[in-house]
Amino acid sequence: MKPKGFDYLRADSVAEATEALAQGGEDARLIAGGMSLVPMLNFRLVEPSILIDISKIKDRKYIQEKNGMIEIGSATRQCELEKWDQVESKLPLLAKALPVLGHYQTRARGTICGSLVHADPSSELPLCLATLGGEVVLSSTKGERVVKAEEFQTGMLSVSKQSNEMVVAARYPIAQGETGYAFREMSQRHGDYAIVALAAVVTKNKIKLGVGGVADKPTVREWDHLDGTDLDDALNAFAWDLGGYDDIHATARYRRELVRRLGKKTIEEAKNASVR
Amino acid sequence: MPVLGKDARHQVTLTLNGKEVSGFAEPRMLLSDFLTHEIGITSCHVGCEHGVCGACTILVDGNITRACLTFAVQADGCDIDTSESLAHPDGELSDLQKAFRKHHGLQCGYCTPGILMSLTAYLKEKSKPTEEEIREVLSGHLCRCTGYVGMVRAVLDYCEKREN
Repeated sequence: MKPKGFDYLRADSVAEATEALAQGGEDARLIAGGMSLVPMLNFRLVEPSILIDISKIKDRKYIQEKNGMIEIGSATRQCELEKWDQVESKLPLLAKALPVLGHYQTRARGTICGSLVHADPSSELPLCLATLGGEVVLSSTKGERVVKAEEFQTGMLSVSKQSNEMVVAARYPIAQGETGYAFREMSQRHGDYAIVALAAVVTKNKIKLGVGGVADKPTVREWDHLDGTDLDDALNAFAWDLGGYDDIHATARYRRELVRRLGKKTIEEAKNASVR
Repeated sequence: MPVLGKDARHQVTLTLNGKEVSGFAEPRMLLSDFLTHEIGITSCHVGCEHGVCGACTILVDGNITRACLTFAVQADGCDIDTSESLAHPDGELSDLQKAFRKHHGLQCGYCTPGILMSLTAYLKEKSKPTEEEIREVLSGHLCRCTGYVGMVRAVLDYCEKREN
């Protein structure tokens, strides 16, 4: 229950962090909030040679509007976005998802970008990023690149970030007019990882549903407007396509049922929100 | 900043409950172990050591922090508050602690320091939380004795008295 030894560097800038990443190679790890990483270190599931602390890089702590998106720096904590005075108007989906993300205590430390990099299949922030079609900004000693959400998360706990790269920001698209957003999840207790999490975006002509916790990464499907049994059939097909698995928390069958039923409720909620 | 080598013990200096303290830690040393074994305080309890139980919760620069998910070297130069800071210097309990006592918000007391620190931070941002909101905050802590009922009553009572 104690981590194996590692070197430690508190980075003061992105340049210092990426330089250390380039030198540290495959075994170097970044730490921001540490809410997912430190348990893995304590269990010795991860044994880095060097831990590079990026939580105190001052110019990475921000939330700002940029080209129709809200850009969030890598040192920004989840509670800071939750308490941001424009979260309801600019990012209503996140305003609904953040209160059920972990606990009040873990949101006080955990970062937005850290959760995206950890890439748990049932995690809320990657699901919102995938459903809204956001992107992440990666930086290395060789330069910067922007990766779209659908190309970022590649599977369970895995992303397309190279070992010499650092996520320096996440970008979530700003809410559009006449669009409804809803987020729901089923978990055994408040603050647990979701068994199934659902994010819906509904406009006049389109329904978009993102599902977390069933496949190995958040999966999004879009339909033209559907109602009644057509919607039921579409959700049923989606639930089967997701695959799903049995584990100690739920069976694959139960997960499919949640996609069908809770998925429908989430879409209805977003529909109602869109006409208001 | 220089790289701190894994095998060496590095000086960590922090402000603990208003007083500057200092000790030595390898990079892998958890802040919970540092506070207990290097500094010698007794309130930072370790339950699960992976961030679930909340017994080790403290404030680092005013932010709620699981000490078992933080390394001592990360806290170098930080301001740390533990439950030792709550009572008055003459030993008189704080109002929140008194409310816990009155409403049986604890039995064995192992989880209590962490819960008090969480609530201390929370009640600074929220003046009059509902029962549901209090329960949501408490959901980040495990208590096997009380069933949380006494704690909820204690917080409601404390907030009511604070307002008057």
